[in-house]
Amino acid sequence: MSNIKNGKGIIGWIDYRLPIFSTLQHTLVDYPTPKNLNYWWNFGSLAGIFLLIQIITGIVLAMHYTPSVEGAFASIEHIMRDVNYGWLIRYIHMNGASFFFIVVYIHIFRGLYYGSYKSPREVLWWLGLTILLLMMATAFMGYVLPWGQMSFWGATVITNLFSAVPIVGTALVEWLWGGFAVDNALLNRFFALHYLFPFLIVGVVILHIVALHTHGSNNPLGIDRKGPQDSIPFHPYYTIKDLFGLSFVLTIFAAVVFYAPDYLGHPDNYIPADPLKTPAHIVPEWYFLPFYAILRAVPDKLGGVIAMISAILILFALPWLDTSKVRSATFRPIYKKFFWFLLIDVIILTWVGGSPAEGHFILIGRLATIYYFAHFIIFMPIIGIIETPKPLPNSISEAVLKKPIKDGT
Amino acid sequence: MKNYYKIPKIFFISFILINLFLSNLFAAGPDGNITKMKFSFDGIFGVIDKASARRGLQVYNEICAGCHSLEHVSYRNLLDIGFSNDQVKEFASQFEVTAEPDSDGEVNMRSAIPSDKFVSPYQNDNQAKAMNNGAIPPDLSLIIKARAGGASYFYSLLKGYEDPPEDKELSNGYYNIAYPGNVIAMPQPLYGDDVEYADGTEATMEQEIIDLVSFLTWTGQPELNDRKSMGFRVFLFLVFMTSVLFLSYRKIWKKIKG
Repeated sequence: MSNIKNGKGIIGWIDYRLPIFSTLQHTLVDYPTPKNLNYWWNFGSLAGIFLLIQIITGIVLAMHYTPSVEGAFASIEHIMRDVNYGWLIRYIHMNGASFFFIVVYIHIFRGLYYGSYKSPREVLWWLGLTILLLMMATAFMGYVLPWGQMSFWGATVITNLFSAVPIVGTALVEWLWGGFAVDNALLNRFFALHYLFPFLIVGVVILHIVALHTHGSNNPLGIDRKGPQDSIPFHPYYTIKDLFGLSFVLTIFAAVVFYAPDYLGHPDNYIPADPLKTPAHIVPEWYFLPFYAILRAVPDKLGGVIAMISAILILFALPWLDTSKVRSATFRPIYKKFFWFLLIDVIILTWVGGSPAEGHFILIGRLATIYYFAHFIIFMPIIGIIETPKPLPNSISEAVLKKPIKDGT
Repeated sequence: MKNYYKIPKIFFISFILINLFLSNLFAAGPDGNITKMKFSFDGIFGVIDKASARRGLQVYNEICAGCHSLEHVSYRNLLDIGFSNDQVKEFASQFEVTAEPDSDGEVNMRSAIPSDKFVSPYQNDNQAKAMNNGAIPPDLSLIIKARAGGASYFYSLLKGYEDPPEDKELSNGYYNIAYPGNVIAMPQPLYGDDVEYADGTEATMEQEIIDLVSFLTWTGQPELNDRKSMGFRVFLFLVFMTSVLFLSYRKIWKKIKG
């Protein structure tokens, strides 16, 4: 490693001309990290690992997949039956998407709890939300590729949303379809884009990491580091902690992949797409359910689409909607309660999104949607003003030395 | 040791979260009246009973295959449930498929070979529709995976034929308590003694249904036995690796945490 700096040896020779090794050294080894990060900080690196798992399994699947309305469904079965360990690769890819979302949602809620979106990390937060949007597009297009019943009807419902756009709506939808119906043209472009988008995500992830390393990680106390005594090098402390967390999550992942691989999916997607037969309930994958609930909560089509998109876009304004100067909810008694209310609200939206839009679900869905927006537009700005935060510790190391930090409660 | 209390909490929370996602809370439940059954392939160590699956093939071949195709399964796949090479060849040879054009460009028929897919009872979809009042009988390769309730649903469906209640008008269909909506186009296929099992097992209705469920679970998930045995080994390894990494983590962090 010392060769990197003095320019000796092959690594040093290359690094003198192209500093990839010193960049890696800085990013993965030396990077000074707050010494008090808790386990909720594991989920960023976990998300990166799941992105890699998706890309690797996805490339292998693409080698055997046929993007055509006649061949797609059968080619998936070919992968499941005839390709060596094809079933394993496909089940990892299918469930990997779900785990990617679980991990990213936890990562986002961690940011909400500890105020990781506040100055100077606003751009870091935006880049993260951009990754979320790209992930959603990628996952949606990926779900269409097996060309089962839910693929087809999910694609039909979601692409039809664009017809709500005034004046150009219909033209826009036909442009998306590449024809007058959800058909081969759409399947082909979704395949092409499903292959492209993960690499766009990689690009934004790199920017996300650059932005992160500019001001360093936030921490459970939400206070800035005062000096070197508050930091420890990323390696070995956080490499080993991330590896332990990864291994733990992979254990749960393996349990799902091997013992309940179809549990998170919908049985209807094992029925080949049939444009003449609509399934009884068209539901998206579980990770879209909160947004689906918001879409359906508004009785107007265009209004529903705007509400659904706003549900994510509003998060971009969070650095200004949150008027409190204190980052961590640990020191914010009122905000802390509202954080958990928001989490419960999102779980309710998920539940409503997966239920048929009838009876009391309509009312619950509307109330939960109103609450979701009220949390960001009304409660967050007001709480920041009226709340008296608890006294902040003077420094990270002081807090660490005095008593174990009770994080998360 | 003071920081050990941190571990259970996050594990507890992630356990709750993951259970929430895995729970039926978000999954679409079946609509009909379903008996929850225990099958040989349920659970962590459950495997497909190959003898039962072989009998199930006989039920499929003699009863179901008249109307239902099995398009994703090849005859050679039958090796997996314990048929010999010769048995598979002989089984395949009773079916006819369109041969590749010969040197004169003539297209003839030939008998099927193990690498062929199960021959469909129909030439094409339109013929299937014409022979079945306009609806194509579903392909059975993935039928267990493609229905909410899975194997239990399929079992309940085949047992679910009953006389309709008096207020129910049945214009074109049969009354079935397990089928969503209760009116199914397929007449009751199995009554007991529909086949004479090659291995001498008594062909009760219950036995036939369970054998068919075994067979069709295998056609839908031919990897099931391999998947579960590999899964167990992977799981054990990951539990071991997680423990080792946890201990390493404790050791490395000792300097920081004191």
